[in-house]
Amino acid sequence: MAGRPISPRPLSPHMTIWKWRVHAVVSMTHRITGNAMAMGAVVLFLWWLIAAATGPEAYALFLSVATGWFGILVGIGFTWVFYQHMASGIRHLVMDTGQNFDLAANRASAFTTFIASVVLTVATWAIIFTTKGF
Amino acid sequence: MGAGTELGRVRGLGSAKDGVHHWWLQRVTAVGNLVLMLWLIFSLVRLPSLDHASVVLWLRQPVAAVPMLLLIVSVFWHFRLGVQVLLEDYSHGAARVIGMLALNFYVLAGAAAGVFAVLKIALGAA
Repeated sequence: MAGRPISPRPLSPHMTIWKWRVHAVVSMTHRITGNAMAMGAVVLFLWWLIAAATGPEAYALFLSVATGWFGILVGIGFTWVFYQHMASGIRHLVMDTGQNFDLAANRASAFTTFIASVVLTVATWAIIFTTKGF
Repeated sequence: MGAGTELGRVRGLGSAKDGVHHWWLQRVTAVGNLVLMLWLIFSLVRLPSLDHASVVLWLRQPVAAVPMLLLIVSVFWHFRLGVQVLLEDYSHGAARVIGMLALNFYVLAGAAAGVFAVLKIALGAA
C-alpha cells in the first residue's frame, strides 16, 4: 500500500468483518467477471477471429481445442461470466436512473442477476448441444 | 464542493479535468455491448455449423462484418475503461503507470488485430 501513511489508528471494517449480503456479492462478481473477460475471453475471441482469417488449418486447431471437453468447459464458464456481467450491468444501468434503491427490491434484483445468468447459460448451451452436434 | 467556480462545477470538471466522461462512456459502451453481444450469440447459435467455411461465409456479409467491427470497438473500449478502474483501485505508483501502459498496448493491439481479421474475411482475402 504505497502512499498510505502508517498510523496507529484503527482501520475501517473490511470484507472479513462486514456481513456478506447478496448486493455486495453481485458488486464484487461484476468486477471479477468483467476483468476475467477482459483478460481471458477477449484473447479467445481474438484467437477465433484471427484463426478464421488465417485459414482452414489454423481454424481447425482452434475448433479442435474449443470443442474438446476442456474447451467446452471454458466456453460454458465464460458464457455464465458474460451473462452474469450483463445481468448485473443492466441492474447498474437501472440504478443509474435512480431506481431500485428500495432495500427489498434492490436485494431482489441482485438475486435475479444470478438466476438470470444461470438460466441463460443453460438455455444457450442446451441449444448449442442439440444443434451443433458436439 | 466549495473550491472552484460555478462555471467549473456546471461543466463537471474537477481537478482531474475529466468530470463524468469516463463514467458516461462506460454506460454508452455498455449499451453497445448489450446489443452487439446478444447479436453475436444469436448469430453464432443460429449458424448451421461453426466450421471454417460457414464462419467465413457468414462474416463476408456486410450485415455480419459491420456489427462485428462495431462490437470490437465497443467491447474493447468498455473493458479498457473497466480495467482502468481496477488498476486505479488496487495498484499504486510505478506499478499503476506500467499497468496502464500495458493495458493501452493490449487494447490497441488486440482491437487492431481483431479489426484486421474481420476486414480480411469481409473483403474476401480469407
